[in-house]
Amino acid sequence: MSGSVKDFSEVNRGLSEENAVFEALRCMNCVRPTCMKGCPVCIDIPAFIQQIAERDFAGAAATLKKDNMLPAICGRVCPQESQCEGACILAKKEKPVAIGALERFVADWERKHGMTLPEIAPPSGKRVAVVGSGPAGLTAAAELARLGHTVTVFESLHEAGGVLTYGIPNFRLPKDIVRAEIEQVKALGVEIRLNHLVGRSVSTDELLSYDAVFLGTGAGLPYFMDIEGENLNGVYSANEFLTRVNLMHADCFPEFDTPVKRGCRVVVVGGGNVAMDAARVARRLGGEVTLVYRRRKEDLPARAVEVANAVAEGVQFVCCANPVRVIGEKTVEGVECVQMEMCDLDESGRPKPSCIEGSNFVIEADVFIEAIGQGPNPLLISMLPHLDRARRGNVVVDDDGMTTIDGVYAGGDVATGAATVIWAMGSAKKAAAAIDRHLRRE
Amino acid sequence: MYLVEEATQLADRVFQMWITAPQVARHARAGQFLIIRLDETGERVPLTISAVRGDQVRIIFMAVGKTTEHLSSMKKGDAISDVVGPLGTPSEIERYGTVVVIGGGVGIASTPIIAREAKEAGNHVIGIIGARNKDFLILEDEMTEICDELFITTDDGSKGVHGFASTVLDELCKNQKLDCVWIVGPAIMMKVTSAVTRPYGVKTFVSLNPIMVDGTGMCGSCRVTVGGETKFACVDGPEFDAHQVDFDELMSRQRTYTDEEKASLEHYHHGGCGCCGGDH
Ligand SMILES: Cc1cc2nc3c(=O)[nH]c(=O)nc-3n(C[C@H](O)[C@H](O)[C@H](O)COP(=O)(O)OP(=O)(O)OC[C@H]3O[C@@H](n4cnc5c(N)ncnc54)[C@H](O)[C@@H]3O)c2cc1C
Ligand SMILES: Cc1cc2nc3c(=O)[nH]c(=O)nc-3n(C[C@H](O)[C@H](O)[C@H](O)COP(=O)(O)OP(=O)(O)OC[C@H]3O[C@@H](n4cnc5c(N)ncnc54)[C@H](O)[C@@H]3O)c2cc1C
Ligand code: SF4
Ligand code: FES
Repeated sequence: MSGSVKDFSEVNRGLSEENAVFEALRCMNCVRPTCMKGCPVCIDIPAFIQQIAERDFAGAAATLKKDNMLPAICGRVCPQESQCEGACILAKKEKPVAIGALERFVADWERKHGMTLPEIAPPSGKRVAVVGSGPAGLTAAAELARLGHTVTVFESLHEAGGVLTYGIPNFRLPKDIVRAEIEQVKALGVEIRLNHLVGRSVSTDELLSYDAVFLGTGAGLPYFMDIEGENLNGVYSANEFLTRVNLMHADCFPEFDTPVKRGCRVVVVGGGNVAMDAARVARRLGGEVTLVYRRRKEDLPARAVEVANAVAEGVQFVCCANPVRVIGEKTVEGVECVQMEMCDLDESGRPKPSCIEGSNFVIEADVFIEAIGQGPNPLLISMLPHLDRARRGNVVVDDDGMTTIDGVYAGGDVATGAATVIWAMGSAKKAAAAIDRHLRRE
Repeated sequence: MYLVEEATQLADRVFQMWITAPQVARHARAGQFLIIRLDETGERVPLTISAVRGDQVRIIFMAVGKTTEHLSSMKKGDAISDVVGPLGTPSEIERYGTVVVIGGGVGIASTPIIAREAKEAGNHVIGIIGARNKDFLILEDEMTEICDELFITTDDGSKGVHGFASTVLDELCKNQKLDCVWIVGPAIMMKVTSAVTRPYGVKTFVSLNPIMVDGTGMCGSCRVTVGGETKFACVDGPEFDAHQVDFDELMSRQRTYTDEEKASLEHYHHGGCGCCGGDH
């Protein structure tokens, strides 16, 4: 077992000041910076990197914060390789500038040396309700507060942050960092009301009585495979497993009251970031972990670095296989899988997997975690009259994030389906700008 | 922080508590529940909303494990870290005709709010409250006041009818036309009692109590099988058509953490001092 799998402390330690400056000096400060095109919130990347090179770390932080209120989070969890870094001119020749690591460095530096707040416009007298405190809700709230509006965020859980808090584990995103960045949003004057499930604790009429509404309720509905034995004890959705550990601290049971089954043998099904997180958490709880994925290893949708971390931490991969049945009396005893063969490429260029008859095999297990995706949280959005939803249940929005209800906007996973932190933030920024125009027009 | 306004003991190990939680009180309806978390290290525990007055909601609970024992030691003026609700879909209350509202043990907690709404909807309301013996019986006065008729049962015959709620329900079914029945209690009691109305085809609701975490439809911990389909009790329920519920699966899933629950209670008694759960 490698050292890092014994605890939940952060795996990636970040850059030192010297290394950060050294890395920043590699940036060519391009006239037409291609890196920015790859960033969904259009951070002025060359500018903040030049400031690092000049050792003006506070200036770099201010530059970042103009476009991104959650830089320490993004610096850790953004898929930079397919965004800014993938688009960096140096990516073609050698290695791209490590933009993500630099973003993280600046944000961490600022947190240690004292945070400064961006300017806030004079009060507009308008009230905006934001539902959900994930990256989408936090970003919309911060933008709108800076523009002078009075913002109330409603969050159903007892802690803010959405997936940042309950989904992504500490070893990738320490919770004190999430809390610190949320404090920044609050410092802009945003009120966050925890323990308020909109649709139940707040009626839809109360919600619609605000001058504008932003829905950032995320994609929190876990999908199940619909196979035999799924309701046996020891079968978890990744959401439940991760929530028990990240939000409720089940890894510290019984100091914390919430338990979780620490399987000796854990099977995780799925291939995305969520599956990698579940597998790595299960590893830290002491289990032998096997990850079952229906396509080939090279098709895994998770970030390459997360797959590499999982491998390094001892997660076994069984690719081209899919669970068809959970075996057991009352509790899980094994997972029956079937081998898959790869057929024609589909629209996305990925092979279409299909079962090989009679190739069934069993993996012994006492815990089975399903990480096969999640859909928009239906509770509130199904209660709002005249709100158009698409086939997969997500809220239909135009380019500005406007829904089919006047004054109601949406962004993040509830509109796009499960996506990324930065896409949630990007869509929330656009919606916030549109909400501002809407409020000033009135 | 949510203030405890009143805390009293109703029966052996059964407690009643009024808590100020305006956002819950304002919207609470029959059949709904709330989730509390006592402090920083606490678990999220679901409890039925038993009554509402002004900004306050009432819970009634039995001290069975770590959280409910800790809760039972709290007094007026103490604060609970988190209360969220109302959660769940409200009871389907209409003008049915004659309805029966049945509570077993601590499940009686849920009955006044259902009986009252059913009464206000214009139903003839029959109540049945049952307990192991007369010392475990709660809310008798309140139910007497709300219901048109009230039956009491005790397993040992120390009060009311000697037997179970199902005994009385069986008699009622034989002698008159019932239009709707609610049953709230331990899973085994709901299973047995709802079997009584099945041959008569009487619409019967039970309030399921699987293990929950968030209570908002996000984790799937509370999934139950109803009519062969997987449902999330926290948002699709907790009330379901009794004759469609897979009770055996529910009971099995409720036992998932039996060992851990024991460990947690032991830790509470021997580990922490209990009065300062937050300092660990
Ligand atoms: C385990 C996991 C790992 C991930 N890893 C990465 C990663 O490495 N990099 C990356 O970029 N992305 C990652 N993602 C995806 C990313 O986290 C999401 O795309 C992003 O969080 C979406 O943000 P959001 O604000 O739309 O929704 P969420 O983060 O889901 O937040 C929604 C919030 O709304 C609240 N809410 C819902 N309904 C209501 C209501 N009715 N009333 C009040 N509150 C409500 C919820 O409690 C929640 O707090 C990961 C996701 C998961 C699950
Ligand atoms: C929608 C809903 C409404 C509920 N309403 C009430 C209520 O009004 N009053 C009340 O006393 N209880 C109610 N319960 C049950 C209550 O949530 C549990 O008793 C509570 O979680 C026990 O917490 P604990 O930490 O004290 O005990 P734990 O240590 O968690 O458990 C101790 C013992 O309690 C029993 N238990 C645990 N969880 C449940 C459960 N979900 N349902 C039934 N028994 C359980 C088991 O026998 C277990 O061995 C409700 C449950 C649900 C889902
Ligand atoms: S494209 Fe790369 S080299 Fe050019 S400015 Fe952006 S980070 Fe620097
Ligand atoms: S308790 Fe999590 S989905 Fe119901």
